[in-house]
Amino acid sequence: MKGAYTVDETTGARRGRVAMVNGPVITAVGMSSFAMREMVHVGERRLLGEIIRMNGEEATIQVYEDTQGMRVGESIDGSGESLSIALGPGLLGGFFDGIGRPLAALLDKEGMYISPGIEVPTIDPDKAWEIKPVAKAGDMASSGTLLGTVQETGLVLHRVICPPDVEGEIIWIVPEGRITSGGTVAQVKSATGRTVDVPLTQRWPVRTPRPYMDRLLPNEPLVTGQRVIDGLFPLAKGGAAAIPGGFGTGKTVTQHQLAKWSEAKIVVYIGCGERGNEMTDVLEQFPVLEDPRSGRALMERTILVANTSNMPVAAREASIYTGITIAEYFRDMGYDVALMADSTSRWAEALREISGRLEEIPAEEGFPAYLPSRLAEFYERAGRVVTLSGESGSVSIIGAVSPPGGDFTEPVTRHTKRFIRCFWGLDKNLANARHFPAISWLDSYSEYAQEVEEWFQSNVEPRWGELREKSRAVLMEDEKIQQVIRLVGEDVLPDDQRLLAYTAFLVKNGYLQQAAFGSDSYSPPLKGFAILDLIMYFYDKGLELVRQGVPISLIREGDAVEDLTHLRELQADDHAAFENARAKLDAHFTRVGTERTREQGGER
Amino acid sequence: MPQSEYIGIGQINGPFILVEGATDAFYEELVDVRIPGGKIRRGRVVSLSEKATLVQVFAGTDSLIPSTTRVRFLGKTLEVQLSPAIMGRTFNGLGEPTDGCGPVFGGKRVDANGMPLNPMARQYPKDFIHTGISAIDTLTTLIRGQKLPIFSGNGLPHNQLAVQIATQARLMSSEDFAVVFAGIGIKHDDAEFFTREFSEKGRSNNIVTFLNLADDPVIERIATPRMALTAAEYMAYELGMHVLVIITDMTSYCEALRELGVAAGEVPSRKGYPAYLYSDLASLYERAGVVRGINGSVTQIPILSMPNDDITHPIPDLTGFITEGQIVLSRDLDAKGIYPPIDVLTSLSRLMKDGIGKGFTRDDHPGVASQLFASYSRVQDVRSLAGVVGEDELSKTDKQSLTFGEFFETRFLRQGKDEDREIGLSLDTAWSLLGALPKGDLTRVSLDEIREHIKE
Repeated sequence: MKGAYTVDETTGARRGRVAMVNGPVITAVGMSSFAMREMVHVGERRLLGEIIRMNGEEATIQVYEDTQGMRVGESIDGSGESLSIALGPGLLGGFFDGIGRPLAALLDKEGMYISPGIEVPTIDPDKAWEIKPVAKAGDMASSGTLLGTVQETGLVLHRVICPPDVEGEIIWIVPEGRITSGGTVAQVKSATGRTVDVPLTQRWPVRTPRPYMDRLLPNEPLVTGQRVIDGLFPLAKGGAAAIPGGFGTGKTVTQHQLAKWSEAKIVVYIGCGERGNEMTDVLEQFPVLEDPRSGRALMERTILVANTSNMPVAAREASIYTGITIAEYFRDMGYDVALMADSTSRWAEALREISGRLEEIPAEEGFPAYLPSRLAEFYERAGRVVTLSGESGSVSIIGAVSPPGGDFTEPVTRHTKRFIRCFWGLDKNLANARHFPAISWLDSYSEYAQEVEEWFQSNVEPRWGELREKSRAVLMEDEKIQQVIRLVGEDVLPDDQRLLAYTAFLVKNGYLQQAAFGSDSYSPPLKGFAILDLIMYFYDKGLELVRQGVPISLIREGDAVEDLTHLRELQADDHAAFENARAKLDAHFTRVGTERTREQGGER
Repeated sequence: MPQSEYIGIGQINGPFILVEGATDAFYEELVDVRIPGGKIRRGRVVSLSEKATLVQVFAGTDSLIPSTTRVRFLGKTLEVQLSPAIMGRTFNGLGEPTDGCGPVFGGKRVDANGMPLNPMARQYPKDFIHTGISAIDTLTTLIRGQKLPIFSGNGLPHNQLAVQIATQARLMSSEDFAVVFAGIGIKHDDAEFFTREFSEKGRSNNIVTFLNLADDPVIERIATPRMALTAAEYMAYELGMHVLVIITDMTSYCEALRELGVAAGEVPSRKGYPAYLYSDLASLYERAGVVRGINGSVTQIPILSMPNDDITHPIPDLTGFITEGQIVLSRDLDAKGIYPPIDVLTSLSRLMKDGIGKGFTRDDHPGVASQLFASYSRVQDVRSLAGVVGEDELSKTDKQSLTFGEFFETRFLRQGKDEDREIGLSLDTAWSLLGALPKGDLTRVSLDEIREHIKE
């Protein structure tokens, strides 16, 4: 029996065969005419795979689908390109798996389970759009030239741009009106006389970053509507941030919050090796949630990429690249894109799992030695740039990290920290006390804070930076005081320290804490400022009174003070209510102050 | 299809045998290994190449003679026979009946490995399951279609709690409800306990049991939960039942996986567990859920004993990353004689936010739950302070906090093993406890709720 294979050679020379199967990794022979990183179809069921190692006749292939049932000797066909994704109108509002197959179409075709070997195009070629040409025949086109526009959703105007590597004279352009996704937008004749069709749906290899003209400084904040982020640790448009946290600390809820409320034109959400129900949650919520700025459904600007934890591991590795390529594509239209990757640890683990199957020598904790360089490549695809069309666009990356045991010294967290500039560390103790978002004010940092301060000061409030510094100082000082309190209790402290500790309590409970649901879910910067301003006003006034000898117990007792922790229940634009709270606070202080003076006067 | 049979095997290493020349075998194919004397053992293909096929033998390789052993490739993968007649039956880890009532007739054979559910097909779980246990209903609410594990330790009453949940669990609407119980590497006594409790409490007719006992072959432990989940999916999605799957003990499952991984010469990851432990566990846990347009649902309560009570050990750690929360049992509370000893601060139900409150349980539920967490978390700080300076030195508010903590544990957490407490009663009890705290500390409930529920 051994070696008795019939290799079908009727269709040409480029056909290999399976020689070994080991989970998602297979070895194939007869592969010398294939290219490294080429996408291949494996076996009778034509499972999608990618060549990851070549050795003469032999190739190692990672298969993106379940290999159960695969036999030695099954054939392998090449596709002629490396792992690529279709880009064009039709992505927005869509939900794709790690290799870009639309899950809705899979559901229609195959039912509730995802069975291996189904081919469905990312964008349905028959889907029709209304296009408005911008360029005209006779114009010169090069990469970045705007050819036409399609109103893809109510929120987003899709700009059809001449892809990289196409240059020459436009000899034909599509007339205004109907076009299908599979249609051609323009024909361009190059200097050498070759005519190229520019399709509406373009393809791009996901592992190659899309080109841009120049990089810009990230000095504009990505407003997120989350007080702890905008107020203390802001992210810039084009920046990269990481949210590490053990299980149950609220990574996913925070990611969802950012996806909902970030001031980005486009949001790409990658569910990488996480729960199926979380993606369903997004799918059910986003179409009914409104964008606070435009009032349209959030789904109109959102693209979901999901490889849930029970889907094949190799496609998990690819999902990150699929997502970032889509993000870059919209960036190239001059838009601000926010990309959430939940969780990058699962992606790193997918690398580890495949590396293990390849029997590579492991570095730390079994992770391959190239983990840091892969992480760097990914996070460096974030940035604010001048696009090839000459406009400014950005991709901001927010990566969740799931460190085992919540230990931030493990390799993925440690290496990620080297390539990001904004770190939102989630704290188990805060999560246990249900203080959400559980972003620790001690471990977290943002290197963008200084760069974006100017924007906040000219667009929100001139005192923004001053207040930020002041409240951070209170929180830092409070940490020292808390250590003393833990040892000897609060009563023995001098009143000014007790006032500071109480102010920190107000900042934590009244300002930093923010429910993910209900009216406080989105808090515009000005609301956050108003709350913090009142709390710090309480501190300043309180300190004056303490210095006059008024006991802390009097200062912090009263409805006006209790109200400070409930300010976040107010509507953001209810200025009268905030003014009212300030007036109440003033009255409280006046009363406490005069009572005290009268008492003192009486004693004398 | 003719099945090919091979005589003689090349190599025997632990539970693995190497079969040469079986060019027609496929990945994950089932095989029958006929040992001298005619007995048959089941196995499956775990890797294959042009030269040889590696087969994992479920019942172990003892007494195999290389030259005379016959191996037959069955042309199918791990399957289980399912029909409505499985209700009330008991099977071993490979899905063969062990209750002496004969084989399951009719129905169909289903691949036990399952396929990933398309996330688009899922419906987000929102239906509250009433367990009658205050700590769970109020603070770590169980939702239909959820996977909510119990993190326990040796000697803690996790089995008792699982039985109480399984027998008291009810939906707010009445629909078909069934339990699938999978015992992985559990002791005879424990298996006996579950059977007895279920039959005493009148649940034995709608329960299906899959048992792999501690002295059964280790390798069958890999198949046990898959069998159970396949049965559960069948009952949920084809028979329209709401199925609660209890799997105990996941630690035995992971140990089995490690044992086999090492035997197969794989590169180990954390603490020697295979690098694919996360993916493997996910392939089990993710088989819980609700499917759009289908009546039934699968809810999972896996139980795992944390080695050395260490929650950062890879087994509870990876589980926590996949499941939708966890119920953690505490040795301290157990020592204080509190049953159920649920450590509410480290426990969590991720799905509760959408399944409680207005229209589900009661309007004030979310606020009360959040306030209980905050206040009880403060109790821990005060207790450690009291440990240093002594209780007498504490301030008035700190003393109030201690009283609250005491009442919370004895009046709210503690309840009888058969006590089915109504959710409304649990919430009212919670308000009466919160009333003992200064109002300025109640920052998680709204001012309106305070006015409504706390009478002065």
